[in-house]
Amino acid sequence: MAENGIGASVKRKEDNRFLTGKGNYTDDINRPGQTYAVLVRSPHAHATINSINTSAAKAAAGVVGVFVGQDLVDDGIGGLICGMAVAGKGGEVAKMPPRNVLTIDKARFVGDPVAVVIAETLAQAKDGAELVDVDYSELPSVVSTSGADKPGAPLLHEEVPDNLSLDWEFGDAAAVDAAFASAHKVAEIELVNNRMVTNPMEPRAAIGEYNSGTDETTLYLTSQNPHVHRLVMSAFMNIAPEHKFRVVSPDVGGGFGSKVFTYNEEAVCAWAAKKLNRPVKWTCDRTEAFLCDAHGRDHVTKAEMALDENGKFLALRVTSHSNMGAYLQLFSVSISTLFHAFLLAGQYTTPAIYVEMKAVMTNTAPVDAARGAGRPEATYLLERLVDVSATEMGMDPAEIRKINFIKSEQMPYQTPVVHVYDSGDYHASMDKALADSDYGGFSSRKADAEARGKKRGIGLSAYIEACGVAPSAAVGQLGGGVGLWESAQVRFNPTGGVTVFTGAHSHGQGHETAFAQLITERLGVPFEQVEVVHGDTDKGQFGMGTYGSRSLPVGGVAIANACDKIIAKGKKIAAHTLEAAEDDIEFGDGNFTVAGTDKAMNIAEVAFTAYVPHNYPEGVEPGLDEIAFFDPLNFSFPAGAHVCEVEVDPETGTVEIVRYTAIDDFGTLVNPMIVEGQVHGGLAHGIGQALLEGCVYDEDSGQLVTGSFMDYCMPRADDLPSFDVDYTSTVPEHNPLGVKGCGEAGAIAAPPAVINAIANALGVKHVEMPATPEAVWRAAQSIS
Amino acid sequence: MYDFNFQSASSIDDAAARLSAAEDGTVMAGGQTLIPVLKQRLAKPSDVISLAGAGLSGITNNGDSVTIGAMTTHAEVAASTDVPAVLRSVAEGIGDAQVRNRGTLGGSLANNDPAADYPAAALGLGATITTNQRDIAADDFFTGMFETALNDGEIIKSVTFPNAAKAAYAKFPNPASRYALVGVFVAQAADGVRVAVTGATDHARRGPRMEKALSDNWSRDALDGVTLPVEHMNSDIHGSAEYRAHLVIVMGKRAVAAAG
Repeated sequence: MAENGIGASVKRKEDNRFLTGKGNYTDDINRPGQTYAVLVRSPHAHATINSINTSAAKAAAGVVGVFVGQDLVDDGIGGLICGMAVAGKGGEVAKMPPRNVLTIDKARFVGDPVAVVIAETLAQAKDGAELVDVDYSELPSVVSTSGADKPGAPLLHEEVPDNLSLDWEFGDAAAVDAAFASAHKVAEIELVNNRMVTNPMEPRAAIGEYNSGTDETTLYLTSQNPHVHRLVMSAFMNIAPEHKFRVVSPDVGGGFGSKVFTYNEEAVCAWAAKKLNRPVKWTCDRTEAFLCDAHGRDHVTKAEMALDENGKFLALRVTSHSNMGAYLQLFSVSISTLFHAFLLAGQYTTPAIYVEMKAVMTNTAPVDAARGAGRPEATYLLERLVDVSATEMGMDPAEIRKINFIKSEQMPYQTPVVHVYDSGDYHASMDKALADSDYGGFSSRKADAEARGKKRGIGLSAYIEACGVAPSAAVGQLGGGVGLWESAQVRFNPTGGVTVFTGAHSHGQGHETAFAQLITERLGVPFEQVEVVHGDTDKGQFGMGTYGSRSLPVGGVAIANACDKIIAKGKKIAAHTLEAAEDDIEFGDGNFTVAGTDKAMNIAEVAFTAYVPHNYPEGVEPGLDEIAFFDPLNFSFPAGAHVCEVEVDPETGTVEIVRYTAIDDFGTLVNPMIVEGQVHGGLAHGIGQALLEGCVYDEDSGQLVTGSFMDYCMPRADDLPSFDVDYTSTVPEHNPLGVKGCGEAGAIAAPPAVINAIANALGVKHVEMPATPEAVWRAAQSIS
Repeated sequence: MYDFNFQSASSIDDAAARLSAAEDGTVMAGGQTLIPVLKQRLAKPSDVISLAGAGLSGITNNGDSVTIGAMTTHAEVAASTDVPAVLRSVAEGIGDAQVRNRGTLGGSLANNDPAADYPAAALGLGATITTNQRDIAADDFFTGMFETALNDGEIIKSVTFPNAAKAAYAKFPNPASRYALVGVFVAQAADGVRVAVTGATDHARRGPRMEKALSDNWSRDALDGVTLPVEHMNSDIHGSAEYRAHLVIVMGKRAVAAAG
């Protein structure tokens, strides 16, 4: 291993600026002549817009522009799109109602933007926004996931009868029915996967700027994927042609999916900057973030498992509704279908699986991918159902999992739901998790808790996810509008330092460190001499961005492949300089060596030679600067076993997580410290969903009840235990680095581990998430 | 935030004078409620008159009571050896470190948030609230949700808490806000057993049924079988009225146990 190479827990380069207040976030940027935008938003969940009177706002002090949806339409600006044309029953593609940047005809959720006021100062823009007079006629609203497609529910879009955007199914229904008919036992559960607001620490922000001299538009934006933002806003929204459009996504303080998507506000800023010939800045406040950021999850599900007399899984049937919100976001319908159903085999050999998913529209904020995106929903229902199955069979939850696990020798394993698992040893991770958590000693800990008046429970979660999205051909077959490769450019500077341009985007993941470690490992360049650049469409090649734990398994491989090109070219240069045959040149530890001799040239010398090619091989281009694009052959399949132990206070229903053991298989770890941090963050996210977080809309009014941190409970450090994190490793052969994604695992694995532990503690079948003190207290009451 | 005139008062009388001269002014203590309200444009005062320089902070131990200046922060109370342990623990459990460093006793009582901690302590110890105009018994001070007996222009100067033979506060925090979902203060005060409950109803109130039970038998078991008026309890996504009523008894028992 090179010093600071793969496997070293190098401290993060980027933390120097983050911890000393030198980060450069979008709201830190101010452009000369900048104006401020404030959106006028619907206070109603569902209302017809009769008229919008902007005259008072236009006359207000400092106001430089007031615009409504028609103004953008008149300028040829297109609406927001959904990029995943998923086909449902009968091949019918999801109904994708149009969405104007500023809604014109109706407001369809509380917070739906209807106008924008732009002024010299933020206070003046807010004052102006209060003067915009919108005449609404309120309409009945629907927020219920399971009720939106029922007869008589208020209709959001004429284009979407019954509010049913997509009626989707997958799997062999006949085989599943037959298995259920002959089953020894059937386990079933009905559950809700609670809606979440992702709440990155930094709210979204955008600054549009137009240069009339060059006819170029620049958009500073909190984006997880600046090139994709530029592509969508150029190709579908007509903001500016791609070659005249720069998107800069500087330091970004967390995304969790919510900053992948194209939003109204950034389109307004980019468009209005040209319209007004002034920079236009918008910074989301936390209330707007609750109202308008894409939310996550929100499924209402029934799941059934058919079992034979030994507890083997014969078939799984899932019928579910998922809530899309008022409009389809960029990926939305794909999340609750493709990214959900294709994970329902879990770690098990279940031979037949059938899934029906009804994706409905409601008067709520749009729902899209959020950390895990479909896989947490799949894992939650499956791992809860496995525990219910164990109870039905009178088996230990660990035992029923083990007898149903896919064995490592069965890899690669074709599941009945599309995915071919490439690697994994589920028995190994479970055995290690049981040992590390002292599963066998639980009964004595339970007795000890009982003596203290507490109910102690233990819960398992054997999860798998498909990340590293994704092979482009597969994405295309499934209705996706893009390819999901990744790119890298490795550029040697003449003095030997390396600048790496990655198409991935770091918003907390530590790419500047981990990717530099890759370069150090592959090229032998000192870690300190490597700079990783991302987040600017004017710097480097097109890239697809960061989501779905794809940066290392896809973007990292692109970097490695660019390194291979550097080495190949370097060999030609070294061979010429060292007067040897190219085939005799070996590369290692940063040196090109003539095999069997001590004649060698450091890669920095090769780089200098490439830029000062006075004595240079014929036919070789000057320079040492290589680009690689990598399209993966398969998804990445991290998996593992988590064990959660809780103590419940039966008097109050308070749940304390007293022990949490996470055993994950992420293949090769590039920076174990960063990986552990990602696991911790994921677990906080998953435990937050299980115990604390729940986005609630009022059923009658459609108002968002959990509109601030006073009511929406984010996990805090004192809600969490000290985690026991360790790893097993199987290496995916199709991934040249042998790596798997790690960013979402905790959020996927934790919710069922926590709820299984609570159910175990109380001896009840189920407690819905978030398992609030009152919910747990009521569950405890039900059995006492 | 709307524009307003910011004024700094040099004394409580100066504050009162500035307040009466303002078109629609408000005084600001620690600002931990007022500032968020202003930032959300939910209030539009013409003038904000800060009490920070009015000389209203400080703690005096009178032997049988402690007098705490209205502008004394929660952090100062929590750290003071002149303050009885029960009051220190109440102060230590308010909000987070930032709130405790800015928030004040007088601000908390004058705001009378239905889930605030200090009102329960004031009621539970039978405190006296001294203003620029008069003394007000805590029992008469809290009159409604965010409403108090304070007149227009009346500003809290200090609060005097009598010592209690035994006292404890048990709080069940709202997991999100960390305000009291339910908080119960119990005391064997000079004038008898006092029980004060916050978070459960429109404002902190005494619990006469629990007081009676504990007067007869100062033990946690005495609260078994005490029934509470569920119909008067708050109900929201964090806790139904029934759950809050249950928690009042549980927290009451824990407070009694902690008080010894």
